[in-house]
Amino acid sequence: MGDKFVGTPKKASVHVNQNEDLIFEKSSPGKKAYRLSELDVPAVDAAALLGDAVRTDLGVMPELSEIEIVRHFTRLSTWNYAIDLGMFPLGSCTMKYNGRVNELVARLEGLAEAHPYQPESLSQGVLEIMQVLSDSLLDITGMDSITLQPAAGAHGEFTGILLVRAYHESKGNPRKKILIPDSAHGTNPATAAVVGYQVQNLKSNAEGMVDLAELEKLVDEDTAALMLTNPSTIGVFESEIHKIADILHAKGALLYMDGANMNALVGKVRPGDFGVDVMHLNLHKTFSTPHGGGGPGSGPVACKKILEPFLPTPVLATKTDGTLTLDYNRPQSVGRVRAWYGNFGMFIRALAYILANGPDGLRQTTEDAVLNANYLRAKLEDVFDLPFKTASMHEVVFSDKLQAKNGVKTGDMGKRLLDYGFHAYTVSFPLIVAGAMMIEPTESESREELDLLVDALRQIAREAEENPELVKTAPHTTRLRRLDETTAARKPILRWKAPAASTPLTPDTAAKEW
Amino acid sequence: MRYLPKSPSDREAMLADIGAKSIDDLFSTVPAEYRLSRDLNVPRQHGEQEVIEHFKAFAEKNALGYASFLGAGAYRHYRPVLIDTVVSRGEFLTSYTPYQPEIAQGTLQALFEFQTMICELTGMEISNASMYDGSTGAAEAVMMAVRVTGRNGAVVARTVHPEYREVLTTYAQHQSIPKTEVDYDPATGRVDLAKLDAAITDDTACVLIQSPNFFGTIEDVAAIAEIAHKKGALLIVSIAEAVSLGIVKPPTEADIVAMEAQSFGVPVGYGGPYCGVIACKEKFLRQMPGRLAGETKDMDGKRGFVLTLSTREQHIRREKATSNICTNQSLVALMVTVFLTVYGKGLKELGEQNLAKAHYAAQTIGGTGKVLFGGAPRFNEFVLQGSKTAEVANAALLQKKIVGGLPLEKFYPELGPNASLWCATELTTRAQIDAAAEVLK
Amino acid sequence: MAYPTEYRYTKEHEWIAADGRIGITDYAQSTLGDIVFVELPAVGAELKAGESFGTVESVKAVSDLYSPVNGKVLEVNEALNSAPESVNADANATWMIKAEFDASQLESLLTAEAYEKFISEETGH
Repeated sequence: MGDKFVGTPKKASVHVNQNEDLIFEKSSPGKKAYRLSELDVPAVDAAALLGDAVRTDLGVMPELSEIEIVRHFTRLSTWNYAIDLGMFPLGSCTMKYNGRVNELVARLEGLAEAHPYQPESLSQGVLEIMQVLSDSLLDITGMDSITLQPAAGAHGEFTGILLVRAYHESKGNPRKKILIPDSAHGTNPATAAVVGYQVQNLKSNAEGMVDLAELEKLVDEDTAALMLTNPSTIGVFESEIHKIADILHAKGALLYMDGANMNALVGKVRPGDFGVDVMHLNLHKTFSTPHGGGGPGSGPVACKKILEPFLPTPVLATKTDGTLTLDYNRPQSVGRVRAWYGNFGMFIRALAYILANGPDGLRQTTEDAVLNANYLRAKLEDVFDLPFKTASMHEVVFSDKLQAKNGVKTGDMGKRLLDYGFHAYTVSFPLIVAGAMMIEPTESESREELDLLVDALRQIAREAEENPELVKTAPHTTRLRRLDETTAARKPILRWKAPAASTPLTPDTAAKEW
Repeated sequence: MRYLPKSPSDREAMLADIGAKSIDDLFSTVPAEYRLSRDLNVPRQHGEQEVIEHFKAFAEKNALGYASFLGAGAYRHYRPVLIDTVVSRGEFLTSYTPYQPEIAQGTLQALFEFQTMICELTGMEISNASMYDGSTGAAEAVMMAVRVTGRNGAVVARTVHPEYREVLTTYAQHQSIPKTEVDYDPATGRVDLAKLDAAITDDTACVLIQSPNFFGTIEDVAAIAEIAHKKGALLIVSIAEAVSLGIVKPPTEADIVAMEAQSFGVPVGYGGPYCGVIACKEKFLRQMPGRLAGETKDMDGKRGFVLTLSTREQHIRREKATSNICTNQSLVALMVTVFLTVYGKGLKELGEQNLAKAHYAAQTIGGTGKVLFGGAPRFNEFVLQGSKTAEVANAALLQKKIVGGLPLEKFYPELGPNASLWCATELTTRAQIDAAAEVLK
Repeated sequence: MAYPTEYRYTKEHEWIAADGRIGITDYAQSTLGDIVFVELPAVGAELKAGESFGTVESVKAVSDLYSPVNGKVLEVNEALNSAPESVNADANATWMIKAEFDASQLESLLTAEAYEKFISEETGH
């Protein structure tokens, strides 16, 4: 095949797969995809009721028929990569299978249509879901109390650090700083700043772990907490976690755990048992609620008893008659972090995941996740640099050191992976590893799929030796090639605009008028 | 376990390849005293059918089969079937944040379409690609105004959703942003303009109002903008009932719009997940939090879309980021995009039906007591000052499988125990309205 | 690209001219990559040696701009708003702000020769 298509123009496959316009470009006046029910009350004159406040123009809002809309979004969907298509080895994101029964139960009428202000007597089912999920998460984490209100992981961090602050304030001094390892997610320092704390950077030791001597030096009476990810962002369990907790507690500081990597621990180890005071969970990572192209998430925060009085309002409680209620009378609460009770739709899905697994399934899930990461490590460590040799948990972090000699960087190899039918691994994170390649397979991958990834990465390593240009210009087989992000940032185009009215109609658009 | 794609022999072979004797070898870095030696205390493993039955049992304990007049920030609107058809596609449902744009054009183009429609509807120049919800969006907008103006205070109308105001209190106190609340005019239920004028100082970064406000009343946005701008403060308009934008003039005089788009096809779902959005004037772009999809070209000159201006975000700027926000609500934004595409210009007709139903309900149900704040235009909600307490009235309504209006005394003690907030949308039927009025008579 | 000898330099990779123009070095622009935005202070803002007066952004990184001297902002280069790429094209000629400052401070800054030596040590070339 040559570069240019020379057959009949407007071949369907080209039209469908290459050129799906923006919805606005497909719109024509007078088309409709809806019909409202017949109005059963007298019609009103909007202009008379609203006066000056009435709207007269809806601008570029599209006008299409139903079939065109279905095709538009179906075509767009085919341009996405997804877990349903193959492995998504994106480290720290836990891209596991999203059970389909979760979607079905989340749409049951009595749940999907429950109104957040409906009377408690008619909300016992939704409250029970929150109760069973809360109890399950508390046993999984080994903590004492929980709030489901935070809307996402970063929002959970915010809530957790609010609890830390309220706790210290109750002791008379909110303290000044939060310690954050240099290997942490960017949300950690951003969160500390939003809650009004100074961020103090904690350097990792040669193994990429918390440097105990350094920690001992930095922790003082101004330290409110350490925000720690465990297993760390290099996928390694902080073996001296109890000493870390002891150093903090000796100075009255608290240990916050970022639960992003809980998929390595569920059913095997509980943060509450190794000294964590407060932590968040990511239901969209560990508990399989769908990522959906970047949200919604859900970030419950679990804590020890000492922090319980400060939880956001309302808190789920049981009345003397055994019914569930929402308790708003919480004088020491940090207040609300979100309207109502959190991303309830995600609670349903997470609980459905827990029910489908049970205790045995959850433990096996964790073991398989760790097994998969170690398998990839064993099969790839001879072709990629492994900066830290400590045993891996649920993810493995290589670096591009060997390939960079030929000018091939982690980002290039990630892009080349797209040509082999995979999503990229996490590129350039954590920051403590130059040229990081962070691979998290999750438990959802079969041995066969893992072997395909191993083959692809080994092949890419060879290409980096023999034909670096091929890797540096990847991807080659995707619908679009590398995109110009520089121009996108220098001259941002953030919305579609109708061509100026004076633009003469081209034959193509003129045809649409008919 | 049915989600796990490995046979026992796969596991053994893999352990052998790794050089481990047992799975416990792989957990050797975890000190023995912290390893859990018992089963988790969670429900036992359920079959798929059992999972469904379990949740059906939960669902049946809720308000199934009740007519509802609740709104107050969570609105029941008809959700076209296409919404779930689209969001159930695995390519959307099980994809991630589009960090690899070459294989995420579906999500990116849909977000670009979302941003365009939000701009068009709100009258703003730019929009982000969604955020958690309307309450946190309003708080983020206030922090944004502080960054833009270099001033520090927020003046907030008491007619803003009470829970939004609570969330703002939580955020503002740790940013040391003083917050002043301004009362409403008891005749109109709108912000008291004279009190507003008096509350704004030289250090006021922004005025935050909601329109239609918590009482369903449409604020005089132009007049409020003039007062705010005269004193150098920005105007933030929060919109909780997005369907109003089909028939109510957009708040073009605002500097920032912080919206809850739940009304556009997102299930009421006991309060979440919803879809917050911030839209604003283009000159504030650099201070706007949240993700943005932008248009660009690939190496061959083909149009494509990328996440752009990510240097504002936490993964790059860390403690200096515009916000600690990480995710957006992509899948919910997609629901909104499909809803808006299905209705398109028909949002006007949808808005008119809401007006008509609420007008009829206000006359009929209102006839059993008094409708407050008659002096200003409303969208689809109204405040009823009933002849009985809201508690007594609602108990009687429940007997007839009707969930009445939201009692307001908890949020607005001055309105007393008889006041409640009623909502009627295109889903509310005349029969339901008549039945409620009959009970209240 | 050579480093003009009439400028003085900092270890944070800014240059300053005797007339008060301040920019970033060619080494800095090449390390950052394609620059997409330069955030500058208001005219009249106070400058403190070693403290940030603005930021420079590439697609995936943000760096603080550090003032070489104590002083005051006299002028900012508005052209950078629409053409941040000029920093990449010619870092030596593209100033960001013009400062009013006491010229005696130049003495303590690096000469072109010393700066070149510094970056060659830092990068190991």
